[in-house]
Amino acid sequence: MQQFAASVIVTLRQNIADVQGKTIEDGLHSLGFAQIRNVRVGKFFHFSVQAASEEEARQIVEQACVKLLANPVIEDFSISLTPEEAEVSEQ
Amino acid sequence: MKYGVVIFPGSNCDRDTLYAIEHVMGEAVVPLWHKDRVLPSDLDCIILPGGFSYGDYLRPGAIARFSPIMQEVKRFADRGGYVLGICNGFQILTEAQLLPGALLQNASLRFICRSVFLRVETVDSPFTAAATTGQVLRIPIAHADGRYYIDPDGLKALEDGDQILFRYATPDGEITEAANPNGSLGNIAGIVNRHRNVCGMMPHPERAVEALLGSEDGKVVFESLRLFVQQQEYRQWEPLASQN
Repeated sequence: MQQFAASVIVTLRQNIADVQGKTIEDGLHSLGFAQIRNVRVGKFFHFSVQAASEEEARQIVEQACVKLLANPVIEDFSISLTPEEAEVSEQ
Repeated sequence: MKYGVVIFPGSNCDRDTLYAIEHVMGEAVVPLWHKDRVLPSDLDCIILPGGFSYGDYLRPGAIARFSPIMQEVKRFADRGGYVLGICNGFQILTEAQLLPGALLQNASLRFICRSVFLRVETVDSPFTAAATTGQVLRIPIAHADGRYYIDPDGLKALEDGDQILFRYATPDGEITEAANPNGSLGNIAGIVNRHRNVCGMMPHPERAVEALLGSEDGKVVFESLRLFVQQQEYRQWEPLASQN
């Protein structure tokens, strides 16, 4: 059994108006950051996963995203995994 | 008829709903607990009330959806029982996929608490049968996440299926952008599922049941349910094997 550090980013689908992102973008522009465009706000999850392989770990995290972390009707998610030593895991 | 009102941790409209049904509508009603795994056998309608179940953590309704009672609510709906989700209840029903679409953060990013006008789009449902098509109701909203969204195919299916019950409107019943408090697609304020026994609406009919509260227009939702339950000829839909 291996352990992986999983990072998940959940954002609203591109075609859905992200009013928070738009408001933040307006704020950045009023501060002079005219170069910044297309601000999207999302959620970030970080956790450890135990699995026999990276592929299995990815499947587990994908299921967690579809079932709970993201709402597939309105949100997209991206997953990144890096191996970690089990002893290092928090708590 | 007999109602059940589900109380989740963070529900805050359960008492208002119980009061409206028992003291104003004069119907039997029992509170149900989110951990219940058995429902009373004689329920006609289950209401998921407004509030902030589980603190709206993750997304409104995302956690409540997994409450033990939701399995029973789904089974009840699959059998053809009437389910009404108000505000947070609507959010829970979409998260549970008992209703299509989703409720996003208000376009204004603000929590909005005020009376709005709704136009009744169809009376062909157990939730609007006592109204008239085009009737304008004055009912309060109180939410931060009420911007109804559904993809274009889903919207077409809702329209083709006559599943949109209420739209935000002007006092004269016109559907305008200015009358849309939260940016909902097509001013949609309430919908019904394909089998027409599960309804979700962001406005609070239970808060508009007495003249003292400023409006009695919300009663029409409960009067509609009464029609369906008491008059068998209104029951057009057979109990269902599966939902969606």
